[in-house]
Amino acid sequence: MGYEIIVVGGGHAGCEASYACAKKGHKTLLITGNIKNIADMPCNPHIGGSAKGIVVREIDALGGIMGKIADKTHLQIKMLNSAKGPAVQSLRAQGDKIAYPKEMLNTLNSLENLEIKEGMVEDLIVEDGVVKGIVLEDGTKIESKIVILTTGTYLKADILVGSTRTRKGPHGEKPSQHLSDKLREYGFTIKRLKTGTPQRIDRKTIDFSKTKLEPGDDKLLTFSFDLEPQYKIEDQEPCYLTYTTPETHKIIMDNLNKSSMYGALDDIEGIGPRYCPSIEDKVVRFSDKERHQLFIEPESRYYDDMYLQGFSTSMPPEIQEQMVHSLPGFEHAKILKYGYAIEYDAIYPTQLHASLETKVLENLFTAGQINGTSGYEEAACQGLMAGINASLKLEGKEPLVLKRNEAYIGVLIDDLITKGIRDPYRLLTSRAEFRLLLRSDNADQRLRKYGYDVGLISEEQISKLNKKIEDIGKCIDYLKNNKLKITNEVEAIFNENIIPIPQTTISYEQLLRRPEVTIEFIENFIEIPFSDEIKEQVYINLKYEGYIKKAYKEAEKMLKLEEKQIPEDIDYDKVKNIASEARQKLKEVRPTTIAQAIRISGVNPADISILSVYLKKEYANDNK
Amino acid sequence: MEDTICAISTSKGVGAISIVRVSGSDAITIVNNIFKGKDLTKVNSHTINYGHIEYKGEVIDEVLVSVMKGPKTFTTEDVVEINTHGGIAPTNKVLEVLLENGCRLADPGEFTKRAFLNGRIDLLEAEAVMDMIDSKTEIQRKMASNQISGKTSSLINELRDDMVQIISNINVNIDYPEYDDVDIITNDILLPKITKLKDKINKILEESKNGKLIKEGIKTSIIGRPNVGKSSLLNALLEEDKAIVTEIAGTTRDIVEGQISIKGILLNIIDTAGIRDTSDKVEAIGVEKSLKTMEESDLVLFMLNNNEEITEDIKELISKVKNKEYLVLINKTDLESKLDLDNINIDKNRVVYLSIINNKGIEELKEKISELFNISNITSSDPTYLNNARSISILNKCLNKVGEVEEAVKNNMPIDMIELDIKSIWEELGTINGSTYEEELLDEMFKRFCLGK
Repeated sequence: MGYEIIVVGGGHAGCEASYACAKKGHKTLLITGNIKNIADMPCNPHIGGSAKGIVVREIDALGGIMGKIADKTHLQIKMLNSAKGPAVQSLRAQGDKIAYPKEMLNTLNSLENLEIKEGMVEDLIVEDGVVKGIVLEDGTKIESKIVILTTGTYLKADILVGSTRTRKGPHGEKPSQHLSDKLREYGFTIKRLKTGTPQRIDRKTIDFSKTKLEPGDDKLLTFSFDLEPQYKIEDQEPCYLTYTTPETHKIIMDNLNKSSMYGALDDIEGIGPRYCPSIEDKVVRFSDKERHQLFIEPESRYYDDMYLQGFSTSMPPEIQEQMVHSLPGFEHAKILKYGYAIEYDAIYPTQLHASLETKVLENLFTAGQINGTSGYEEAACQGLMAGINASLKLEGKEPLVLKRNEAYIGVLIDDLITKGIRDPYRLLTSRAEFRLLLRSDNADQRLRKYGYDVGLISEEQISKLNKKIEDIGKCIDYLKNNKLKITNEVEAIFNENIIPIPQTTISYEQLLRRPEVTIEFIENFIEIPFSDEIKEQVYINLKYEGYIKKAYKEAEKMLKLEEKQIPEDIDYDKVKNIASEARQKLKEVRPTTIAQAIRISGVNPADISILSVYLKKEYANDNK
Repeated sequence: MEDTICAISTSKGVGAISIVRVSGSDAITIVNNIFKGKDLTKVNSHTINYGHIEYKGEVIDEVLVSVMKGPKTFTTEDVVEINTHGGIAPTNKVLEVLLENGCRLADPGEFTKRAFLNGRIDLLEAEAVMDMIDSKTEIQRKMASNQISGKTSSLINELRDDMVQIISNINVNIDYPEYDDVDIITNDILLPKITKLKDKINKILEESKNGKLIKEGIKTSIIGRPNVGKSSLLNALLEEDKAIVTEIAGTTRDIVEGQISIKGILLNIIDTAGIRDTSDKVEAIGVEKSLKTMEESDLVLFMLNNNEEITEDIKELISKVKNKEYLVLINKTDLESKLDLDNINIDKNRVVYLSIINNKGIEELKEKISELFNISNITSSDPTYLNNARSISILNKCLNKVGEVEEAVKNNMPIDMIELDIKSIWEELGTINGSTYEEELLDEMFKRFCLGK
């Protein structure tokens, strides 16, 4: 008896995908090159970060595992942008590169329906455009109903250091040599991408007195909606901050031609991420900057490697030695691992449905870096969605497609399948037009119901959420029903906090809406018998009601356009008068709704009007 | 693949030559089929070729044919222009032959539409080309030409550039909160920037009023009691007998329009039936129409008879023109004055004396109108304005939103929320010339700021 689902690759996408499939009761095989590298963090040690931290919360809300594993193992955690509005606050943890993968493997091993095997996949079993399983390096065939590819950077991976190019993966592992060629033969457009990583330095050889201390938050925080904090504030490991020096810049400029990216290698095809330039790039492009920030981050409690964030390079080792030694505190530093760039193959993501099933081959799903993204969180959330949708397909159900106003995950997948990619895709808050609705604090309210519907969230978890929503309402009522009388004593407290005094008796709900008034301020007058979590929700809902309402209105406009479906069989050559660039893009993306068509770059409002008129005329008899 | 279209591109019948334009993938082959001369499919692009148009053995005209291969053409498609001898007959015949050989007659504005759809020109430019074709005065032409050259677009782009810098800076602050080499935008830094933006939009709107004047002209109505000389004035201005002029009161029942140019600005004149109480049903409609016309005018010329006393209905009508630009014209100064202007409350500067029958006062009237609308000023400046209702209404909407942003900044709302509003304004502005792309923003972020791992 074969497997129902095979997940190829054990990175962050593969882990979430396997977990979701097995948890939902489907017999699943996770096949990976090396079991030791499951849930590996080959680049930076962060889980979360701006926008990405919200994704981790969304994964947790839907029933995925990244947040919980991070909560159990991290070295420190912080709320980013805590001085800004609630919509842009986001958690970031320093993961432990030993403890995180270990915890993940334990979790996966505990799943009844999941089997984990080592093997290198070099082809798929394909019959009439339908995938039926995988073919290993030695020709072994393993059948399954669905295959999920989460190959990360392992498709034809090349490590680039100085003038050398070596075909291997991040830890010197063997990459898949033929799978991307096979995919091309099956009809996929393949794109070559590139990314890079900085040096790892021996902690014992760094003089931290010359650097600035960057501790974790002194408030207990968790990604997961289900876990209590698993750490003590004082046990958090600090990060440090240092800067490049004029000498560093001189070394880089003097040796620029030795960098793989600046001429040492002349066969670079891969396109690197815009938001992640190498230190060479930064020094060249921003030559007026006297120094660049570098964060020194611990990788694990169990070994001494420190990650040198901001110093990613593809210089040869001898130059990297000079560069590192020019940094304050690094005069005698020992490099444990040199920085490198890596090139790999990805499929162009406009070839995907919103479910992450490919348009080219049925029953094939892809998630993570193979889809052109970068980042652990981006990978994990795609893995989760691919796992959920693969399972739903087996169960004969409609796929779960999150909309742009529902989740960053929805934004990410819609961007991928609608706009394609130019460079490795990273989530940014600025990509989410409804970010006011997609907050870290309300991920459970947005998404738990979906997690419950697909069977990854338990009865107990959902009733906890319902109680929370109920309490938010009760708390607002409480503030509405209680009023503040303006007495001399009350006036004095207002004056002390430099807040304008209301003219007459006012309800606490009205008071909270005023600028500068906080929950803590109100608690000068009245005790609010609800948890901090509830009070925070009430604060956000009341304080920013105007903005939130506006965002809902905008979202409604978009949803109306999402209702205008474009028939699958539309022939764009028959739509007269559409601009040629737009026609070509529409044919490539084949948007399913007018709203999606609008988001394709190169499709102008005029094209949309023409398309709408055409649809009305041609499909007048359809009920849609 | 678009079909091949053709049309006569010069105005019909006038001029020594006419041009028939053909655009589309088969433009060159179709023309070549009916052309006797060099093989047009083999000539260099952007050349003019001498020959004859011949069809079914008949020579239709001696022509010069310009062959322009895409994409460096107006529509970006292959374009052929046939210069025929002027005159309706040969030009129409050439057109007919083209239609028989596989061309389709172009819809009005279709060449421009194709230029727009193929990305050759932006929305503002496309609108401008249509204006250019319709332009009647020199200054209208100049304004349209500025718009085609993208000057007006750059006005909008300038605003958007200012905004994109603010937006991308705030976005970088959000997405890279720990980077200390990026300026942190606070409300204090933002406020003067927003105020400046508001001023800039205000200025464009102010100047755009002139743009509307240039493009649409000044809608002028002549209002007055019957037989006061309204039709005569119109004729004097138009210097032709367009309106029927008689001595019988109430002859003019229909509104007659005519256009004159005052220093390059169009005056669209509307003649109205005399306004008075009447039992005549046909005339009553005329009266209603006149009041309505007055409402819709930019300028009301209120005409009085020097030889008549001011009646109550006149007083009432004057009270109705108060919200408009208006002039009071006193005609028939050759006759005895029975008017007492002190009876009505008007600005003496707005009074012009006329004797149309003696051709007196017409030039003074034109001068007065020019003063009233500051025409010399408008026409001597470089006419880069937004001039269509669509653009102006979008800009007005943006101005309101900028006001809201200013308010929010003053109330110290979180900067990331304010950024949402700024971005929505930036997007709205982009719809004026059709250039709103997400990617622009991202590019700007990564171009201007040094970020990375």
